[in-house]
Amino acid sequence: MDGTQIAMPPGKAVRLRVDRDGAIKRLFMVVIGLYLVIALALPLYAMMSRSLVTYSFDLTRYEFQVSDEAGNWGEPVSAAELNARLGRFAPTDLRTNTNGRLSATDFFPDFSFRSPVKYRLRGTTDNAPWLVGLDLKNTTAWQEYDSNTFRRVNLRPVASQGLQNYAEYFSNPALFSSIENSIFIATVSTVLTVVLAFGFAYAINRSCMPFKGSFRLVAMMPILVPSLLPGIALIYLFGNQGMLKEMLGGQSIYGPLGIVIGSVFFTFPHAFIIISTALSLADQRQYEAAESLRASKWRTFWIVTIPGARYGLISAAFVTFTLVITDFGLPKVIGGQYNVLAIDIYKQVIGQQNFEMGAVVSMILLIPAVVAFAVDRQMQKKQVSLLSARSVPFEPRPNRRFEMFCLAWCGAIAVFIMGIILVCQYAALVKFWPYDLSLSLNNYDFNRMDGGGWASYWNSIEMAALTAVIGTVVVFTGAYMVEKVDGFAAGRNVFQFLAMLPMAIPGMVLGLAYIFFFNNPANPLNAIYGTMAILVVSTVTHFYTVGHLTALTALKQIDAEFEPVASSLRQPFYRLFARVTVPVCLPAILDISIYLFVNAMTTVSAVVFLYSTQTTLASIAVLNMDDAGDIAPAAAMGMMIFYTNAVARILHAVVTRRVLVRTQAWRRR
Amino acid sequence: MNAAGGAEAATPLDARPGPREREPYLRISNLWKAFGDFVALRDVSLEIEQGEFVCFLGPSGCGKTTLLRAIAGLDPQSRGTIEQAGVDISTLPASRRDYGIVFQSYALFPNLTVRDNIAFGLENTRRPRREIDARVAELLQLVGLPEQARKYPTQLSGGQQQRIALARAIAIKPGLLLLDEPLSALDAKVRVHLRHEIKELQRKLGVTTIMVTHDQEEALSMADRIVVMNHGVIEQVGTPTEVYRHPATLFVADFVGETNKFESVLRDGNVRIGDVALQASTGAIAEGKPVTVAVRPEDILPHPAAHADDGQPNVFRVQIEDMEFLGSYWRTHLRAAALRGAPLVSNFSMNAVRRLGLETGREISVELPAERVLVFPREG
Ligand SMILES: Nc1ncnc2c1ncn2[C@@H]1O[C@H](COP(=O)(O)OP(=O)(O)O)[C@@H](O)[C@H]1O
Ligand SMILES: [Mg+2]
Repeated sequence: MDGTQIAMPPGKAVRLRVDRDGAIKRLFMVVIGLYLVIALALPLYAMMSRSLVTYSFDLTRYEFQVSDEAGNWGEPVSAAELNARLGRFAPTDLRTNTNGRLSATDFFPDFSFRSPVKYRLRGTTDNAPWLVGLDLKNTTAWQEYDSNTFRRVNLRPVASQGLQNYAEYFSNPALFSSIENSIFIATVSTVLTVVLAFGFAYAINRSCMPFKGSFRLVAMMPILVPSLLPGIALIYLFGNQGMLKEMLGGQSIYGPLGIVIGSVFFTFPHAFIIISTALSLADQRQYEAAESLRASKWRTFWIVTIPGARYGLISAAFVTFTLVITDFGLPKVIGGQYNVLAIDIYKQVIGQQNFEMGAVVSMILLIPAVVAFAVDRQMQKKQVSLLSARSVPFEPRPNRRFEMFCLAWCGAIAVFIMGIILVCQYAALVKFWPYDLSLSLNNYDFNRMDGGGWASYWNSIEMAALTAVIGTVVVFTGAYMVEKVDGFAAGRNVFQFLAMLPMAIPGMVLGLAYIFFFNNPANPLNAIYGTMAILVVSTVTHFYTVGHLTALTALKQIDAEFEPVASSLRQPFYRLFARVTVPVCLPAILDISIYLFVNAMTTVSAVVFLYSTQTTLASIAVLNMDDAGDIAPAAAMGMMIFYTNAVARILHAVVTRRVLVRTQAWRRR
Repeated sequence: MNAAGGAEAATPLDARPGPREREPYLRISNLWKAFGDFVALRDVSLEIEQGEFVCFLGPSGCGKTTLLRAIAGLDPQSRGTIEQAGVDISTLPASRRDYGIVFQSYALFPNLTVRDNIAFGLENTRRPRREIDARVAELLQLVGLPEQARKYPTQLSGGQQQRIALARAIAIKPGLLLLDEPLSALDAKVRVHLRHEIKELQRKLGVTTIMVTHDQEEALSMADRIVVMNHGVIEQVGTPTEVYRHPATLFVADFVGETNKFESVLRDGNVRIGDVALQASTGAIAEGKPVTVAVRPEDILPHPAAHADDGQPNVFRVQIEDMEFLGSYWRTHLRAAALRGAPLVSNFSMNAVRRLGLETGREISVELPAERVLVFPREG
């Protein structure tokens, strides 16, 4: 052996031939990756490019010629010149959207449709579109119209690329103030939610308080209802005819106040889970160390507890902030005249059909969502590294006064959460608030109301079931392939990125992006627009990331050596997948499916742009009935969603427990 | 194999002395493996005969697992070729190679019974169920666990799990058996017992076997040949006795067994330590080179009388400083004025201690036989 260090000979690294397993895994990954590209990346791209498109009437492109009553033609004159002479339209008046139309008669003040005068029109460039009735013309040859036809001539705008939409957005004070409003309500809600949830999680993890299980259950309830349900409850409590209206002392619940209270309700469980996880990782030894140093309780709290939970707190704050700022249901129901970004998207798109401006607002709404997403990922990573294998779990010690305090804190929050849901239930059952307080099931007779009736409810069930089944299969398979494929690093990184992306995309933005992408006649996938399929696709995509992470966590916990063993035994990977991987990961798979089901039942934001009259959903029905003033039926439909999700969760718990009991023999460690 | 003693035997096998009767079963040629900038295997070449039990031995992180995974096709080498049974398998994926493997974690499928674990590789081959059951029973018998077929892995002890993993790996009668630290997760007692069992099983089946271990005792007691590795390089290949008696490098001398080490310089074929000039088997080391001298504790021989052998080469006087009784021998700490106070550790047999009446504080003579004084060139 000579000690001199020789260098590795030049050349290419040895690559193993890809066997059938490897090829199938890659194929699956590519197919699911393509799904994500089509269901996510391309629509977002379509939306982004649409936000850069401006439509305006370019008057220099048109030339008119007018005859006198005898039929002698005058000199041709451009529309721009006519406009200059008349001073009819300012440049800003010529800005419009895809649907813009400009009547040709506007350039001829003495136009009369009975007159024998004739008109000619032609384009001076290739692209100078105009409509005659519904016929689109676009030609540089003179077209002649009698005056009766001429009144049906409309100029159409032409598209150009640029940042004008953004410039317009930021110069519009009404739209711009939505940013301030959104940030304001999101900030206030975040502070409140995080403080309340921290206290709640602290009590559950660090005290010997009784009823922890029940409190935990109550804390999770808001997940089971659409975010607009607390809005309905607040209307019943504090609205114009509210039960407790006086308590507000003249303050209106419609506006920031209502939005903030409702937001605390629906974001509470999310913040609670994150903070509770962070607190449960505490290390007893740190507290013992602090105690041996004679640190006071208060000081220990600030030097041990808060730093230990800091990543959880930051993560919870960002998640809450994003949930509030991207939420659409609550401001729609209880926002009154208070405009926020999510509402602006809806108004621009549904109200004004101004898709380009909708796209601009969506792009702006993406910013906080993407930032929050990035921070959250960073925090989660750091949290994991805090977890040392040797840490000793924290054991709380009894302390009566502290427990009473915890009980009061958690009790108040539980009353708030239960109260909101009970008020909704009451609202759903009262015959005619506030005049006839007898109870009945009339409000559940949805077929008498607008909003799709009971069909909406069954559509929702169908959609949620399809989402749960298809979504779970797609998500878990994708996670398996990305985790277990050998080599193919570039492909895996792309896939991983695509799988994480949905978390950063607000539902409204996704929905609007789908309109741009799928409602385009040139797109071969146009056929799914307006069907159940697009609702399922959008929902699976919208909630993809959490399922993906759940699957990855479960897959990482199983021995990485299973695949090598199976291939050394010359068994195809799918046999291992079916016989070992899926059974071992069954609890996680059930978790993913219930998560998708519950969210599919409650989601409003993405699907509000995508449902058709055949595919109305229960959550959309709540929104529409509320909009139409049928608040009690809206509450009843909201409660239907609640019952359904509660039953689904109970079923999930029962099935999971049975799986665990049945597999107890081998799960014991 | 070159069985002749002396420094000759320390030559790595890949020096290929003379023509062979047959091709080796596994031939690894000039294998390199890089993880980014870090080179985990450097120009590794090795041949393994049919039916041999070979141990890869070396400290943690030296590249044993990396080499094993390259052979298995789990993590391909960066450069170099691997031939198995005369076929170049360098670029074959794992599923197309012919081996069974047992990992340190055993990787038993937790949701399958012992029977289903072992049968995993047998099913899917259109074999009738009865035949599979018979084979599973046979394998369970072979690993000494005939009663456990219906249990789940978590219901078995570590040693039992290990044997099930072994049974699963050999169920399909692979040409090559790869074991990555199969015993390191077990208690010391079970470990010693299983060493023997695995070795027996391998002999019975005659399957060519590579076992990775960092435990020199394990390697010495089980292997037909040991491949000693360090920093991604093969330091020596040889039978356990060759590696132990004739370590090719100081690293091997140090890693396999214990040594007393001294620094010196080679003069007139002697090495001088303190005032003592020792005759030694110096091999091809040039005059005047700095060297490290290594002497194993059991190669230090006590002499009965204090003065009897004075004047003989390689004999000098020492003082017994301390004696520890270690069951089969006495670990004796010596100090010699002639070595300018350098400490010397020796293992004296019970016999010698009784016969010579050795005890702490006595002065005796010791001999370091010239052929047992190992000399290695010193770098820098
Ligand atoms: N996937 C990997 N990426 C980077 N470095 C690795 C990887 N696998 C092993 N190494 C490095 O290669 C060296 C050899 O590792 P290994 O073969 O596992 O050692 P051992 O001899 O203990 O089995 C170690 O320094 C290890 O850190
Ligand atoms: Mg290793």
